[in-house]
Amino acid sequence: MKRHHLLPLLAALGALPAQAAQLDVSVQIPQLDVAEYHRPYVAVWVEREDRSVAAHLSVWYQVKRGGPNAGGPPPVGADGKPQSGTKWLPDLRQWWRRGGRDLSMPADGLSSATKPVGSHEQSFGDQSPLAALPPGRYKLVVEAAREDGGRELVDLAFDWPARTATRLEAQGKSELGAVRVAVKP
Amino acid sequence: MNRLPKLLLIAAVSVPVAANAHKGWLAPSKTVLDVDQWITVDAGVSTEPFVRDHNAMRLDNLVIVAPDGSTVAPENASTGKLRSTFDLQLKQAGTYRVAVVNEGLMASWEEDGKPKRWRGNAATFASEVPAKAKGLKVSESQGRLETFATAGKPNDGALKPTGKGLELQPVSGIADLFAGEDATFRFLLDGKPAANLDVEVIRDGTRYRNAIGEQHLKTDAEGLVKLSWAVPGLHWISASVQDGKTSVPQAKERRASYTATVEVLSP
Repeated sequence: MKRHHLLPLLAALGALPAQAAQLDVSVQIPQLDVAEYHRPYVAVWVEREDRSVAAHLSVWYQVKRGGPNAGGPPPVGADGKPQSGTKWLPDLRQWWRRGGRDLSMPADGLSSATKPVGSHEQSFGDQSPLAALPPGRYKLVVEAAREDGGRELVDLAFDWPARTATRLEAQGKSELGAVRVAVKP
Repeated sequence: MNRLPKLLLIAAVSVPVAANAHKGWLAPSKTVLDVDQWITVDAGVSTEPFVRDHNAMRLDNLVIVAPDGSTVAPENASTGKLRSTFDLQLKQAGTYRVAVVNEGLMASWEEDGKPKRWRGNAATFASEVPAKAKGLKVSESQGRLETFATAGKPNDGALKPTGKGLELQPVSGIADLFAGEDATFRFLLDGKPAANLDVEVIRDGTRYRNAIGEQHLKTDAEGLVKLSWAVPGLHWISASVQDGKTSVPQAKERRASYTATVEVLSP
């Protein structure tokens, strides 16, 4: 009899410290059959229920002036200076309005270069901005925008910290492939 | 027999009102950008907003206010047949206000049996219009045509009302207008809430649909109006009032008008 009561109690105790809580995010960039392909800009963040940003997780954009296709001279803007990759960041429209425009780029621990086609895994745990989040219902948001291409936003709602290990998946239709989230207590 | 000239005079006076059937507009290339980026703005006057088929708008009274409140000059300004155009680099972070402000007095009277017309302002009125002009009619107009562009994080350094004429004060962020979301604006007349004001909204692209599809709304007691956008795109928002608050006693009527172009993005 007693044992039956003990198990859930132990489980609850185990969840309290939330020391090892972790959020794994996998973002797939799909292969696209287009004549002129540029890697998409992708932002990942966590949103509160009122849509304000709870935590910025990552931004992939053309960090280096001149870009990944460098070899020849870098592209030059109308002002004669090399074109900055930040020019297209406002095209991540929701990310931009929700807080991207408040950040200065490149941002430590947040921004990195654009990624090739394929699935890209990221893990956020104790050392991430998620550690400071009060418990509650959140949304993971992934937004992608591609030069000479489209824009897509995919989101997944999750509880943080998770009571039990939870896996969620959503499928993008155009600029994003599968977006997977694993929340671990 | 005496009646005909009078009729003509009335017709002449009413011409400016008829001319208002044409709508002034500013068409920015983008309104939500990052610091150092450029925008280009077209300015014209036509029956339907943003349709370049009538006249260019004169840029003499163009005033661009930067996020820190200073005035900046446009670049590459030119006036064509159907539209004027200018470029602007958003060197500061924050919200820029681009405005064409037309203020003035219009007078008509009879001199030696001939109708006379005059345009000017309160300062030149006394010296240029005879004090005892026969059949003198004076009207005043204050027109403000605006659009906004934001580099990075928006601010309101350029958005402080001037307190003159009809103005718009964004309550919802002017750089945060998205289809499917409501936006609230406040209209001010001489810096005070303009209640019960008719506000007309027209979305870009009238040429490619059968109906203009204008919306008519009214401001509440606080001068607030809530707009909702079904579709992204440039939107033309306009309102006008007529009253007796004139800057010279000879003018019996003032017409204050305000027009803004805002960009609604897709969510």
